[in-house]
Amino acid sequence: MKRELSLRFIAAFTVVGLILAPHVFGRFTVSLFNDIGMATLVVLGLVLLSGIGGVISFGQAAFVGIAAYASAWLNTSLGFSPWLGLFFAVGFTATSALIIGALTLRLGGHYLPLSTIAWGLSVPLLFGNIAALGRHSGIIDIAPLQIGGWELLSPVAAFYVIWALVGLVAIFCYNLLDSRTGRVLRAVRGGKVLLASFGADIFLARLKLFVLSAMIAAIAGWLYAHVNRFVSPAPFSLHASIEYVFMMVVGGIADLAGAFAGATVVIALRSVLQDVLPIFSDYAAQIQSVVFSILFILLLHHARGGLLKVLSPWLERKPVRNKVGWAETASSLKRRDLPAKGAPLLKVEGVVKRFRGLVAVNEVSFDISAGEIVGLIGPNGAGKSTMFNLLTGTLPLSGGRIEFLGTEISGKSQKEIALMGIARTFQHVKLRPQMSVLENVALGAHARASSGFLRGGLNLDSTEEASIFAEARHQISRIGLSQRELDNAGSLPLGLQRMVEIARSLASDPMLLILDEPAAGLRKAEKRALSDLLARLREEGVTILIVEHDMEFVMNLVDRLVVMNFGTRLFEGDPAAARADCGVRAAYLGEAA
Amino acid sequence: MSWDIAMILTVDGLGAASIYLLAGLGLVLVFSVTRVIFVPFGDIAVFGALTLAYLETGRIPPTIALVATLAALTVLVEIVRLIRQGTHAAIPRTVLNWGLLPLLPCLPAMLLAGGDLPTYLTVLLALALVVPITPLMARLVFHPIADASVLVLLIAALVMHFLLSGLGLLFFGPEGFRTQPFLRGAIEVLPGITASYQILLMIGASLVLAALFFVAFERTMIGKALRATALNRVGAQLVGIRPAATATVTFCLASLLAGFVGILIAPATTMYYDSGLAIGLKAFVGAIIGGLSSYPLTALGSLAVGLLESFASFWNGAMKDVIVFSLLIPALLVRSHFSTHAEDDAEEEV
Repeated sequence: MKRELSLRFIAAFTVVGLILAPHVFGRFTVSLFNDIGMATLVVLGLVLLSGIGGVISFGQAAFVGIAAYASAWLNTSLGFSPWLGLFFAVGFTATSALIIGALTLRLGGHYLPLSTIAWGLSVPLLFGNIAALGRHSGIIDIAPLQIGGWELLSPVAAFYVIWALVGLVAIFCYNLLDSRTGRVLRAVRGGKVLLASFGADIFLARLKLFVLSAMIAAIAGWLYAHVNRFVSPAPFSLHASIEYVFMMVVGGIADLAGAFAGATVVIALRSVLQDVLPIFSDYAAQIQSVVFSILFILLLHHARGGLLKVLSPWLERKPVRNKVGWAETASSLKRRDLPAKGAPLLKVEGVVKRFRGLVAVNEVSFDISAGEIVGLIGPNGAGKSTMFNLLTGTLPLSGGRIEFLGTEISGKSQKEIALMGIARTFQHVKLRPQMSVLENVALGAHARASSGFLRGGLNLDSTEEASIFAEARHQISRIGLSQRELDNAGSLPLGLQRMVEIARSLASDPMLLILDEPAAGLRKAEKRALSDLLARLREEGVTILIVEHDMEFVMNLVDRLVVMNFGTRLFEGDPAAARADCGVRAAYLGEAA
Repeated sequence: MSWDIAMILTVDGLGAASIYLLAGLGLVLVFSVTRVIFVPFGDIAVFGALTLAYLETGRIPPTIALVATLAALTVLVEIVRLIRQGTHAAIPRTVLNWGLLPLLPCLPAMLLAGGDLPTYLTVLLALALVVPITPLMARLVFHPIADASVLVLLIAALVMHFLLSGLGLLFFGPEGFRTQPFLRGAIEVLPGITASYQILLMIGASLVLAALFFVAFERTMIGKALRATALNRVGAQLVGIRPAATATVTFCLASLLAGFVGILIAPATTMYYDSGLAIGLKAFVGAIIGGLSSYPLTALGSLAVGLLESFASFWNGAMKDVIVFSLLIPALLVRSHFSTHAEDDAEEEV
């Protein structure tokens, strides 16, 4: 509470300081602040894209340039007002980003950042070679911004416009990150499979982030064109893009406030160097580039977390609005109608999976009826995990079919399967360690709500958010973790993290819950608690399939067992019969038994 | 476009491709052994070209001062590190390896430069002077973060390009140089189509060097150690190959290749201190076609880039760079489609 207060104090102090700044400082300093404001905008977008979404872009300046040129051209060639230019610039940049993003965002690994170099380099080259854009000399005499016939010619006038926009964009970003969409964006680095498990699409999430960051850069570019009233290719070069990355790393890559800190430090430093270096050399600009490069390299060596991380012991805080208080009054999210107990739910028919020559799953069939707990067991290498991946759509089938509620799901994507009501957990826990338990569980309810980018960013989603969080809190209380719902998920012991995963899958209101080795790494008491929870869920009508190693755990819990060995189904029946079955005993204990 | 023009463009394209071939081999080598995507390769090549130009015009190349500065800095950093670790005994060895060894080529250069030298001597000196630059820079920039993610190394490599081009201006000045061709005259390769001896020399030299490089990589012990490191770093370490040492050898080889690139390109194009990025990135497009791992595919990729550049410059001279860089995106798409990366992208922390 105290920390939140001190943070509000810092924010208020910054705002008051900014309002007073033009009256205290001279014209030159105000211009500097304007540069900082425009850079802050670009870096805000970059933090969203890179720090949150994990996509490093070396081409952000190109988007600034596209917008600046778009508005400049519209203004000088067609005489449109700068305010119309804003819509044109942002729209045009967003379209460019959509095309570039759609082409490149599926690239894996380091190929994606490399592709950003390609357009980061090509776009400014393009500006320098198009006659309509003035080639290398650029476009001059761009109209300044106007408000009601009053031209904002002086840096002081521009100052307020720039910082008002920075403020609005920052608030939008903060709200967005703390919304339904924002939670998905913050989970993007957890990978494709994690996102699909609660019905989100990683490509779409990245594409939205990419376009959003380009649009924010576009606002900066539009400001640049009408404040400086001159555009040329140089300020949008690859060099400039890398300077934005520098600012982001200086500030702290995963923190929106780092954008402001990084832009301020880097631009202030540049200004100081511009004053000092000419005393020593004729090549001041180049020495500046050398000094910046050396500083950047030292930063990478010694403080990759950035300034905010260095200061974090004094600035530690929770990134989330306190949504806990709302839960009491919230309307609950829509629930699915669960099928009647005993109705056929899942039908696995002759499923085959081949990895080249190796047959991992061979003609396996079994059924699951609503309301029962079925265990899928087998010794190491039996094909359990492969079967699990086939059921959840993580791997494609080589043969056979899987039906869920009479609909064939073999061939459907992980996301589609998740949306149909099959929830899963992971053998290697996939929680977002930096997000709270509450938010991690709230991710599970993603598909049960609908608020998008705009509603999230504009904070129009309170009612729905309250319902989501009420649901999340309900599921957390079910696993008995209410005391720790605001802790970072990464700070919990492994056993509890597995429980959080179960709560997350429950938040999706599943008909079938598939658990991948839920008891692994749990202590005896925890196992008992888990087993009690699963038994209670069965009473409430949830159907459960457990893929498990721990025989004792499974035997006491399940209604039926499917035993696999060497990719084939060895046995299907109740636990007592499995214990007595010769084939099962042979598989586990060897022929002699 | 007539047949004649197409042939002339093809010959030009082959000349450019030979440059990108050598540079592409260097990039693949560095990436596979050290995971560094070595964007500043072209800058080192520029240093080679400018050094040659200085030597040819009878001036003392500033490369000597550059190498001396870098060596002094590296020794300083290394000594501080050793003192911090408490391993004082290793200091003399470090001074020898990082301080004196890189200065070795400076001595003959100091003695000989300034006079009217025969061509072979200027070439040898330029090569020898360029070789220490990359390993020294890499020791300073990449060694302390050798275990970081590919992404962090890529950022560092990009920053290093700006550092090198800044240093290039400080040491070599802003003017551009073009050296004398090693061979004059031309030969009629097909009826009506001539190719200058210089271009044939470029192509020939590059093919011979690529072949030598290939043989050294396949047959020698050092080559095998590099390949082992490229395939499996931990495994190589377990059989006694030191990653830091292989990295240094790799950067020496890359430096040498960059030197050759500089010397071959110097008579063909006017080189400025900042011409390096374009050369490095075009070679890089070729290397990406080879997935940053396959040498034969890189050769094909370089050929494609060289020819595309040549034909693009005929079609629209100003846009040729845009066209070549844009090839990177389809190349990446194809690559990414065929490469088998993990089902679920691992999280890369910066």
